[in-house]
Amino acid sequence: MDQKIYDAAVIGAGVVGCAAARELSRYELSVIVIDKESDVCEGTSKANSAIIHAGFDAEPGSLKAKLNVQGNALMDRLSKELDFPFFRIGAFVVCRSKDEIPKLEELKKRGEENGVSGLKILSCEEAHEMEPNLSDEVYAALYAPTSGIVCPFTMTLAFAENAYDNGAEFSLSNEVTDITKNDDIFVISSSKGEIKAKCVINCAGVYADKIHDMVCYHAFGITPRKGEYMLLDTCAGGIVKKTIFQLPTHMGKGILVTPTVHGNLLLGPTADNIEDKEDTSTTREGIASVKAKSALSVKDIPYNQVITSFSGLRASADTGDFIIREDEKVKGFIDAAGIESPGLSSAPAIALYIRDIVGGILPLKEKKDFRPERKGITLLAMLPPEKRAELIKENPDYGMMVCRCSQVSEGEIADSINRPLGATTLDGVKRRTGSGMGRCQGGFCTPKIMAMLAEKQGIPLSEVKKNG
Amino acid sequence: MTRNMICIGCPMGCELTVEVEDGKAVSVTGNTCGIGKKYAESEVSSPTRMVTTTIISDKGIPVPVKTRSAVPKDKIFDVVNSIKSAELKLPVKIGDIAVRNVCGTGTDVVVTKDTV
Amino acid sequence: MAEHISLAVIGGGPAGMAAAVSAYDSGITDVTIFERENELGGILNQCIHNGFGLHTFKEELTGPEYAGRYIDEVKRRNIRYETGSTVLSVSPDRQITVVSREKGMRIISADAIILSMGCRERPRGALNIPGMRPQGIYSAGTAQKLVNCEGCVIGKEVVILGSGDIGLIMARRMTLEGAHVKAVAELMPYSGGLKRNIVQCLDDYGIPLLLSHTVVDIKGKRRLEGVTVAEVDQSGTPIPGTEEYYECDTLLLSCGLIPENELSLSAGVKINGATNGPVVDDRLETSTDGIFACGNVLHVHDLVDFVSEESSRAGKNAADFIRSCGKTKNEPVIVRVTAGNGVRYTVPNTIDAANASGDIHLRFRVRNVYKGCTIKLISGGSVIYSKKKKIVVPGEMEDIIIKPEMLSSVSGELVAEIEEGAV
Repeated sequence: MDQKIYDAAVIGAGVVGCAAARELSRYELSVIVIDKESDVCEGTSKANSAIIHAGFDAEPGSLKAKLNVQGNALMDRLSKELDFPFFRIGAFVVCRSKDEIPKLEELKKRGEENGVSGLKILSCEEAHEMEPNLSDEVYAALYAPTSGIVCPFTMTLAFAENAYDNGAEFSLSNEVTDITKNDDIFVISSSKGEIKAKCVINCAGVYADKIHDMVCYHAFGITPRKGEYMLLDTCAGGIVKKTIFQLPTHMGKGILVTPTVHGNLLLGPTADNIEDKEDTSTTREGIASVKAKSALSVKDIPYNQVITSFSGLRASADTGDFIIREDEKVKGFIDAAGIESPGLSSAPAIALYIRDIVGGILPLKEKKDFRPERKGITLLAMLPPEKRAELIKENPDYGMMVCRCSQVSEGEIADSINRPLGATTLDGVKRRTGSGMGRCQGGFCTPKIMAMLAEKQGIPLSEVKKNG
Repeated sequence: MTRNMICIGCPMGCELTVEVEDGKAVSVTGNTCGIGKKYAESEVSSPTRMVTTTIISDKGIPVPVKTRSAVPKDKIFDVVNSIKSAELKLPVKIGDIAVRNVCGTGTDVVVTKDTV
Repeated sequence: MAEHISLAVIGGGPAGMAAAVSAYDSGITDVTIFERENELGGILNQCIHNGFGLHTFKEELTGPEYAGRYIDEVKRRNIRYETGSTVLSVSPDRQITVVSREKGMRIISADAIILSMGCRERPRGALNIPGMRPQGIYSAGTAQKLVNCEGCVIGKEVVILGSGDIGLIMARRMTLEGAHVKAVAELMPYSGGLKRNIVQCLDDYGIPLLLSHTVVDIKGKRRLEGVTVAEVDQSGTPIPGTEEYYECDTLLLSCGLIPENELSLSAGVKINGATNGPVVDDRLETSTDGIFACGNVLHVHDLVDFVSEESSRAGKNAADFIRSCGKTKNEPVIVRVTAGNGVRYTVPNTIDAANASGDIHLRFRVRNVYKGCTIKLISGGSVIYSKKKKIVVPGEMEDIIIKPEMLSSVSGELVAEIEEGAV
């Protein structure tokens, strides 16, 4: 039997790869998503600021500017359709002296050119009235009401699960080692064997340059730019109601202070170009810098409430902008590379952009039975008590608490393991349910969750993996 | 021979210097009180320890056990290994004997938790 | 309509069981213990080592045996207990929301509530240890549960950060399980653990204790590959050039315990910043009427025997509260108890001098190691209690008994302090 030839092979199961796969799964195309990790959302998509940016920051006319604003506008519908938490809480960019006002005005002008609505410069008093915990040093602020926060794991999972429900295949724990093109067909060599496809969509994050260079002439380099973060307990989450940015620099948007969709407070990121594409370590200096700089925009941050620190790698292209195009020479090879900030915000629009490129290569015929809705795991802690009581009656496992900090029950953890593309690692369960994400960081629930994973996979407890 | 040890009699943690001859303490210095002297003497002549560990039962559940009394310190690993290879059928109750006369120490190993 | 009971005890560990038994013996029999695990006993169930009960039972027991004694007491009295039941919230008017597999979600109102939820371990994140986040890093108690209750082999080459008692106990436990414990690093210049544990868990097995050291880097993408340990200066800052790399697949953290007071906060209970536990009076009643606290949720204890003793008092006091409908016999005369020189905190924070019927335990921990010192209680410039100590250490709880008659000359404030002096 001849090996199956996919219409499209997506390399990388981050937010861009999953959003693209979901978009392509609307059409009568066979799609496969390949990732070297054992779960979706294991790279840049899992460790970032979790912000849906308004879009005032990027250079007008750039892909970043265009796709950010488009992506932002799609979020309300998507978050309902795909059942992931997104809150349009607004953002401030704060400055600390009169001299910096022109920079705020420049950002506002840029934002308006990019099509961002509602931008407004607030005086010191107005800003402090809206956000009483802003540092006393804050002189003025640019207010962007369309900025929002999202759960990047659930967003990525939602795209992936919906793509899966609509027929896309996922080949995880499968590292792409080489790509060749024979006639019109790409042959992708991977740790699990050969995969053939008519189109390859390169969404490989910090590895996008390596994947590109497997089959195309070198066109760009991707530098991992490390960002370190601190996450504070929910009791600190209310200190600000909006995302508080500082004035951006050439290295990024600076250290922000923001509530998260789970009610925590997030501080960061730093920005350091590094060599190693796997180096997600935190450093003493980095964390010290996050502390020092976050205090410039918000006062009285209770740093003793930190529950974890982590770092993520932005996939920063040497061209400065997103690179989303079909390769000039190797037709059918589509890059979605250099997707650094505002990549999460842009992902829904990047997916449409990729769809249009694919449409130039393959016929796009809409499926009759495409189902755009995806229902997430019901997280009982988010529900009103009556609804919760009702669900526990239906499934008593929802009454057995496993994670006490985030109030996640055995039933919810079982859901996260048993659903399609379900969790196979402790981190996978954590991203899907929030278990172990609270103040004790899994101290109490880890053994129980390990036991559930071990049972499902038929392996001894000692072989249950935290990640990868 | 001179041996140094820390007295565990109280939080003072006196650093004791013990002169040992023929496996017996002939002099103890550094102690603040009589407890230190006694401790050093017994540590030198016949140090013993309680051993606690678990036995994986027939149902795969670990059952905690202990030696009913302290065993010679130099036999700890023998005792642990002997306990590990013991078989235990559930259910068991606190005080049930899991291993008799472990490693010839004259001490039984007993269950420390009711387990079904 | 909400269910109603006289006394709700939240947590079925040593504190909750002792409190329930004592309340029952004081005449309040309509008691329910709510326990989130599937059995009573709390953390004692995973503490399979011996050393418990010397004060309470005058013999040395293991954790499960100590718990077993109290479980027997609970059962003998037919005190109700619900395992697998998690309390989700407590309201200031003493309604608790409890959830379980068997009974679903319920709201239960109680005449009095005893908070006995225990504590949790300080996680890696709170320590801000730099480095990667691979598999193989556990808090010592989580590792203890995996090894002792699940029979799980967690690693072969081990480094332990923090010399709290659980870390020390786990150093021995891992060694007996065949692992090689390479070192225990402690940030402070002294260990927070008991001397006996340092000798019998480390020295016995030749495990080095590195005082004034900490972990400055963690290596390994998926599985832990090694940690870098460095010496720290007096401010706790790593000293460059002192780094040493330890290859290991497991890092255990034993860096302190934090009372678990999320439910207390939902009940409007005021928290003491020094203990992270509720502010209480001499009856162990919190700032919310009819809500009492005891055990490690109130302040982290060194010995379970003291947890049991304290919790018995909380149980009796809760019973008294229920019987007297919260009224005291005399007009209260509130004395504030504060931590003076060398004292980190006190429990209780206030004493009602007009209604003290029996001995009052004043418990505290010191800030540092003091040799040849005097513990003093001072009120209005006069010393009402004084005791010479050869040594006091932060790892051990001090306990002063105040007789009611000692309070006759006390007004306003009572300060507990350490007077340093040469031996």
